[in-house]
Formats: sequence, C-alpha cells, structure tokens
Amino acid sequence: MREINVNDLIPVVADMCIDATCNLGDDVIRAYEEAIEREESPQAKEVLKRLLENARIAKEEGMPACQDCGFAVLFVDIGQDVRFVGGDLTEALTEGVRQGYEKGYLRKSIVDKPATERKNTGDNTPPVIHYNIVPGDKVKITFMAKGGGCENMSRVTMLTPAQGLEGIKKAVIERVRESGGNPCPPIKVGVGIGGTFEKAALLAKKALLRKIGEFNPDPEMAAVEKELLEKINNLGIGPMGFGGRITAFSVAIETHPCHIASLPLAINIDCHVSRHKEVEI
Amino acid sequence: MSVIRLTPPLDEETLSKLRIGDHCLISGVLYTARDAAHKRMVEALDRGEELPIDVKGQIIYYAGPAPTPPGKPIGSVGPTTSYRMDPYAPRLMEVGLKGMIGKGPRAKEVVDAMVKYKAVYFAAIGGAAALLAKQVKEAEVVAYEDLGPEAIRRLVVEDFPVVVVNDIYGGDLFVEGVKKYAKEG
Repeated sequence: MREINVNDLIPVVADMCIDATCNLGDDVIRAYEEAIEREESPQAKEVLKRLLENARIAKEEGMPACQDCGFAVLFVDIGQDVRFVGGDLTEALTEGVRQGYEKGYLRKSIVDKPATERKNTGDNTPPVIHYNIVPGDKVKITFMAKGGGCENMSRVTMLTPAQGLEGIKKAVIERVRESGGNPCPPIKVGVGIGGTFEKAALLAKKALLRKIGEFNPDPEMAAVEKELLEKINNLGIGPMGFGGRITAFSVAIETHPCHIASLPLAINIDCHVSRHKEVEI
Repeated sequence: MSVIRLTPPLDEETLSKLRIGDHCLISGVLYTARDAAHKRMVEALDRGEELPIDVKGQIIYYAGPAPTPPGKPIGSVGPTTSYRMDPYAPRLMEVGLKGMIGKGPRAKEVVDAMVKYKAVYFAAIGGAAALLAKQVKEAEVVAYEDLGPEAIRRLVVEDFPVVVVNDIYGGDLFVEGVKKYAKEG
C-alpha cells in the first residue's frame, strides 16, 4: 500500500482552484482564436476579441477570468493500492477549496439552506466530490469551477428507446436553442447518454472535461458530436446570443449501457471559459 | 462602429435615441444588484418602504464581483444572467429605474415594461470579468452588506462597454441577431 497524507492534498487543491479560474486552458485560447477567424458577424467577432483579451488580462494580473468562480466540483480517482493517512480525505479536499478561494480572491458563490435561507457559506464550500476507485497506486484529482448561469441551462430527460438517436439529437439542439445567450456562448455541450438518471448527469459533466477539438473514440459517437456541433452553430445564436456563427466550441458525448426500458439523456452546458485542471499524485 | 457615450441619470431624450445593437460606453455611477438584493428591494417596496438606493434615472448592473485584491478598486466583475431578475425588474422600472445591464434575453413582460416605463436593457460581455473590472474606478458597498457578493455596490465606471439589447420601442437584439445568422435545415 502506498500511503498518502491527506494534508499534502490541501495546497494541491488550493493551487488548482486558482490556476483553473485565472489561467484558461490552451484549448480555450485556441478556440477563441479560431472563432475570431471563422466568425462572420462583425459584432460577434468583436466579442470574441474581447474574450481573448480578457483571458490575457486574467492570466497577467492573476485575476479570475469570470467573477463567477463557480461551484467547486472535484473528480477524485483513487488507486486501490493507496491508503490515506493524516485525517479525513473529504475534509482535506474541502480545506483545499476553502484556502484556494480565499487566497485567490475568488468569489464565494455557495449558499446553505437552498430552499429557504440561502445564506452564503462564505468560503465556497462544500465542494461536490465524485470519488472513483481505480487500479494502481496513484490519485488523480480533477478540479472544475462550474458556473451557475450555464449549469441552470442544463437538463436531464428520460427518453424512450423509440425516440432513439433522433430524439437525442432533437433534445440537445432544442436545449441549446432555448438557452440562447443565457449560458455565455460559445458554449461547450456535455452529453450523457444511458446509465440511470444520475449516471447520465455524471456522464454529461465528465464529458465537459474533454478538451475542445477532441472527439469520442467511438467513430459513431464522434460523427454524432460533429453533426450536433454543426447544427448548433447553424442556430445563429452566436457569442453572447447577439447573433453569429460560433454558438458552441464543442459537443462531447459519453455513454453507458442502460435498462431495456430507458434512454436517459443529460445535457450539461458549460460557458466559454470552461475551467478545469487535473493533477496526478 | 459608432459609439454612444452615456452618463447616468438617463433622461427620456437620451433613451429615445438608443436603438438595439448600439454600442455604448457608460461613465459615472452604476449600482450592482442581483438575485438576493432584488428580492429584498421588491419586498421593501411591497411593505411601502423606501429603497436603500434611489433608482430614479439610474442603471442597475446585474453583477456580483469577485473579492477585491490589494491595490485594485474591485475584483473581476462581469454580468450575470438577467432572466432571474425578470420577476422583479418591472417593479423597479415603475419607480424610475431606466437601465439594466446583464446577459441573456428577458421575458416578454420585462420587454413590455421597458416600452411602458421607457427603460433600456444593455448586455455586457459575459465572462469578460477581468477586462470589465478595468473600467471600474471606485466601488463601495451601499446596502445589504450581509449578502456578501450579492450586496448592492455603488460603482464609478469609465467607458464601461455595453450593447443595447432592448430599446424603448420594443426592439430585441437577440431576436434580430439570431434571425440574421440562423441557417435552418
């Protein structure tokens, strides 16, 4: 067994919170640049140039690219040969989020008693943590700062097997159309197909971790991703919904076997900044 | 692209000249308020109380900034999604609010209220929060401090860039813009 002290994870998580919110991914920067080239609307082109400039300022000044520094979502893949020592793992990861949001001057956006009091917890905790046990003796932590505006545009829907692939495509396109300028397009569309109600949602969220420009290894699903991306970009919503060619940077589908009676579908939308980082320990 | 310069308070003559798609640079005072502050303001009006800020002729920016880092007037501050303020916006226009800044489309009732009360809705670029923070010169909390990022702040801005989405004539940039670039089929 490999021993890992949970306290060593605190600064790792804290740094990831700051890095993800202030330094946008290379794939996002490339997507802005390519979109500036491809966009036909002069107004939309101007928006994209400002977004690229915003990313530069955020990085240079160590400021979050977006004031909504998101819900802290952690995916933790734990090798089964790892033994955690030194305390409670979940508490250590939570402390990492707490320290990162404080040290990085990141906005605290989490409220307790959501249906009633809605009091801000003041430190952006608790995070949502998805643990997964995998072979080996490594720990991989993926941090995602998930914005609230785009999360609100997401949906889980239980289709019937008869609705099939056509029903899936229709539902995804309609969801993006109805979302319009709300989720800060150009968006990323994460699609979870199959599993159960909650599995589909998790698949859709994990799909958002895929880099822009990468497709599903299954050629059939990759073809669906490309078709959906083209159709979404034909909607004309454009950056910020002002009208334009580039409505989405990517569509990423993840699938899982499902029940003979079901066809669960989850659509998780991410805004253009698409903030996530990963570290392997 | 021509640019219109605006300084609140906005009067009717200024508002009558604005059309959807116009690029504007705002200098002067903006008030930030989002979900929780709107709820409190409308509850105050319902109780017959005064608002903590005088909204007459003013512009509310739907935003909750990131914490202020040392040496800067404010942290990153981009717009939040506006439809969540739709249930409250007509009530504030009724008492004199003339401008709103946010992102995303508004409900029909809000667009109708803008025609009725002669107010406009502007969009700022969502997610361009570090860039927009550079246009803010001063910021102070003026009400509901306990709401943290959702407190009402008085900002003094210089050349704050926005686009007119809904004018006082019922126009809607989101509808017109999308129509222009949609390729159905």
